[in-house]
Amino acid sequence: MYISLAGRTSNHANDEARSSRPTQSTTTRVSSVVIALGVVSMFTDISTESVSAILPLYITGVIGLSTVAYGVIDGLYQGISAVVRIAGGYASDRADQPKWVAFFGYGVSAVARVGLLFASGFAALSAVIAIDRLGKGIRTAPRDALITARSHPDNLARSFGVHRMLDTIGAALGPLLAFAILFVIPDGYGTIFVVSLAFAILGVIVLGFLVPNTRPRRERTADRSQPRARFRWRDLNDPRLRRLLVTAGLLGLVTVGDGFIYLVLQSKSGFAAEYFPLLYVGTNVAFLALAVPLGRMADRFGRARVFILGHGALLAAYLCAALPATGWQLTVACLVLLGVFYAATDGILAALASQATAVETLASGIAAAQTAVAAARFLASVGFGLLWYSLGRDVAMAVVAVALAVVIPVTAVILRDLLRMERSS
Amino acid sequence: MMSSTKWLAASILSVLVLGAAIAYGVIAYLGYQARTAAPSDVLTTTAGTTSVDPHIVFRNTAGGQGHGRVASVALASPAATRALSEQVCDRVYATAEVLSCLRTGWGVPPTYAAAIFDRAGSELASRPLPGIPSRTRLSPDGSLVATTSFVTGSSYATVGFSTETVITRVDGESYGNLEHFALWIDGDRLMAIDRNIWGVTFAEDNNAFYATAASGGRTWLVQGDLERRTLTAVVDDAECPSLSPDGTRVAFKRNSAPPDAPHWSIVILTLATGEERVLPEQRNVDDQVEWLDDETVLYGLPRGDAPGDSDVWSISTGGTSEPTLLIEHAWSPSVVGK
Repeated sequence: MYISLAGRTSNHANDEARSSRPTQSTTTRVSSVVIALGVVSMFTDISTESVSAILPLYITGVIGLSTVAYGVIDGLYQGISAVVRIAGGYASDRADQPKWVAFFGYGVSAVARVGLLFASGFAALSAVIAIDRLGKGIRTAPRDALITARSHPDNLARSFGVHRMLDTIGAALGPLLAFAILFVIPDGYGTIFVVSLAFAILGVIVLGFLVPNTRPRRERTADRSQPRARFRWRDLNDPRLRRLLVTAGLLGLVTVGDGFIYLVLQSKSGFAAEYFPLLYVGTNVAFLALAVPLGRMADRFGRARVFILGHGALLAAYLCAALPATGWQLTVACLVLLGVFYAATDGILAALASQATAVETLASGIAAAQTAVAAARFLASVGFGLLWYSLGRDVAMAVVAVALAVVIPVTAVILRDLLRMERSS
Repeated sequence: MMSSTKWLAASILSVLVLGAAIAYGVIAYLGYQARTAAPSDVLTTTAGTTSVDPHIVFRNTAGGQGHGRVASVALASPAATRALSEQVCDRVYATAEVLSCLRTGWGVPPTYAAAIFDRAGSELASRPLPGIPSRTRLSPDGSLVATTSFVTGSSYATVGFSTETVITRVDGESYGNLEHFALWIDGDRLMAIDRNIWGVTFAEDNNAFYATAASGGRTWLVQGDLERRTLTAVVDDAECPSLSPDGTRVAFKRNSAPPDAPHWSIVILTLATGEERVLPEQRNVDDQVEWLDDETVLYGLPRGDAPGDSDVWSISTGGTSEPTLLIEHAWSPSVVGK
């Protein structure tokens, strides 16, 4: 029932990205649609992250509230995105309209930015944030399904790498832009909200005008003269996808938030403490620099392999953070390792989920994998928090490192068929 | 539509959107320049800020020149011309000897610092803060300083909300982050990672203090002991305590609404009896109150009409009289020489 590599190629024989030399993956260019989607994500991330970065300052400095309550809200809404993500994937598959479901998600977030201009109180502000998160949840899976549909199967991981690189550039630029505006206009929150809205609209414009709609199910039916393809739940119950979900979930359970690693570094190194607000920028820079090379590597040497090895980089980051040594070199090494981890896992998970899912359930399959990871990582962070305080920082770090060291070979066994296939190809 | 038509439409729309945003930014910049250059909305003077008479030190939030600077007025005439100092602080607290100032350095990214000044205006010490300034208090003799800041990170640092509250001696020695003090709730030690401590108020003896402890969505008024490094819960559901000058009562704020739309009221707790009295202030008070004298407390309330501006109000602790406006365009009051 799965689209063979050749089959997917013939589906899009008219697409410029793969018409060039479909048999030689390393020379195939990444589709312009993927680049356009990357630009959409870049604009949207500039929009989101510019506001996120200054929101605590805005709440304390302008609304005149402490940010205590904001922390509560933030936790409450974290769950929303995960649930809505599945719904977004399902809607995209059912309607066979990934572009317009994604467009709706981006649009919802852009409309929420309009609300930001008028939200004066705390309740209004938290409502705006909730709507923004809803939009993010809706759009992610259909967008990744579009990337898959518009990519050559042989360079799928590279396509995701290009997309994640552009996305991360936006995430790094957003806070810098917001801080630069505040540097020039110290009470310029209104300007930041307007600029954020402008970038959200730019994202919607690029998506609306420059990304052609793709109807993966209809194209497949048309090409293969098969019975009309429908969304079926049982397509999701595929052993390959199941194994991937178990693998991603298991690895997620031993992946603690990088926020914790930053806190460990901050408590050990004066360098990390001084530049604490910029540590995630360091990780992002490594992520965006490595997303494409590691995606290319995944296409050539095996996606499951790079995905699992990427968790080796995470293990190294744990060990690096647990080392008794201090100094800026160690901090930088940890950030680079975290960047390697994200570059080797984030987009590649979507690529793996795509190749393990029938085209009829593409967005749902991607959403399932991403939700499994998000839920497992949330549990991991809660559990790690308990460990941190019951056993102490260093022991907790060591425990999670050992757990990860055990899980990595276990997942290699679970995915052995996939790994073997990659070896033979 | 043709591909080239789409490109053209997208380009025109994008230029319009970006142009509108840039125009808004330029207008906002010019407006900011005009506002900061304009004369202050209130009467100010820069001559002589140290006063031997009882006075109130606060952050001046009036628009125009001097916005954000530390100011003072005589206790006897709080509405009179305010004396502006050179220091710009987000949160300020003063005794007769020293002044604690939490401030923001605008840059990419912004930086935050806690500074100590003598009352002549010379900076004695400064140390970086990991996040946004929130609360500061000095002990009555000015030898201890407490600072609370919000460590927010970013959406990538998904630790969530956290505070860092540190007590240091004004002469330098630090007691460290209060999260490392042993926290006791009803006889059990609380170990949860989401413990947060904020809003310290000192007793006369330079050892006892009160603060807020929070975990799992609950808050407690805790009594701290600097020597033993312990925090012991006294009362549930209490934030930002402030000890009365006679040391017999604690004023704190209590949330009476759901956490996503908090509404804080001022409560006066008599320590000896445990009696609590809610003051008749209907508005939402998100501040660490300050005692004017043993019968009156002060607190800041944001002004609805101007962002970043606020007033200092006073209310009797008797629980019968209405609040009165004490100082317009002011924030973060401390009473010196009470």
